Amino acid sequence: MGFIIFLIFLELKIILAKGALTLVHAIKKNRMKKYNLAFKNTYNNIKNTLPILFGIILFIAFIVNIIPAEFYKNFFTGNSLIDSFLGTLIGSIAVGNPVNSYIIGTELLNQNVALVTVTAFIISWVTVGVIQFPAEALLLGKRFALVRNIVSFISAIIIAILTVLILKLL
Amino acid sequence: MIKKIIVKIGGNWIFLILVLFLYLLTLLFNKDLFIKNLLYSKDVIINVIPVLFTVFVLTFLANIWLTNKKIDKLLANRSKTIQYLSAVILGILSSGPIYMWYPLLSELKEKGLKNSLIAIFLYNRAVKIPLIPMIIYYFGLPFLLVTTFFMIIFSLINGYFVAKFTNN
Repeated sequence: MGFIIFLIFLELKIILAKGALTLVHAIKKNRMKKYNLAFKNTYNNIKNTLPILFGIILFIAFIVNIIPAEFYKNFFTGNSLIDSFLGTLIGSIAVGNPVNSYIIGTELLNQNVALVTVTAFIISWVTVGVIQFPAEALLLGKRFALVRNIVSFISAIIIAILTVLILKLL
Repeated sequence: MIKKIIVKIGGNWIFLILVLFLYLLTLLFNKDLFIKNLLYSKDVIINVIPVLFTVFVLTFLANIWLTNKKIDKLLANRSKTIQYLSAVILGILSSGPIYMWYPLLSELKEKGLKNSLIAIFLYNRAVKIPLIPMIIYYFGLPFLLVTTFFMIIFSLINGYFVAKFTNN
């Protein structure tokens, strides 16, 4: 009798062990499937975005080298309102390290260009991306990129005006 | 006809092909500019490799852990204030050129991340912590504080309008 109970327990243990093994195997298989899928998705993402990123880098290099920093100075008229619009426009098209915008901005201030213009120029340099637009539109959607850049453009002008007003009050 | 070609090649390749064509023209007409462009590109690529690597690792991890349901759950359990605040902080802390973040954001967008949060994140990338000393040096501390304050506020306005006009 005792022997039979022992055999039943043994059988149960074997069944449980088999079940556990199957479960571990299934989890492993499921995980591997999940990792494989994640890898596949990431690979597709890289494959789709690398041409755009390289295109943008090459295009930025072209623009940076073809437009010298001095070029920006020749645009301004002396009218603060028109100049802040022009400052935003030029800042939106300009690309490169933001430090360049500070250096150009300081030079513009030295040439009596209004602070509101320089502020609009510096802010739009980092918030609006006309050159990066194709990449943004391809990866995040044309409508998204368009709305985001238009709102950022208007924001740059408003921030510049508000900044100068606040600084005058301080 | 042109549309068919674009669809066949893929919009992402078309842009690179056009830029390469521009480089070919530069090589033919201005060899110095061509070399200058290549050297500049090389420097940029070397600088962005670590960021690009980080972005792709994050994309891989997002693909493993973040499903549409999880993103919904994550956003649903957080108040709008926390969502927006997270987008602001992550935008300020992220480094590298803005376009390096497009692939990850595009992946997250497909999984359900809202356009408003993407716009807030991208706008706050303009607030650059490593450049703070430079801004203070050129324009002074008050200028830095006032512009940073307005940029954070306007990033939220930006998010609102993007959400409104993209129906997301």
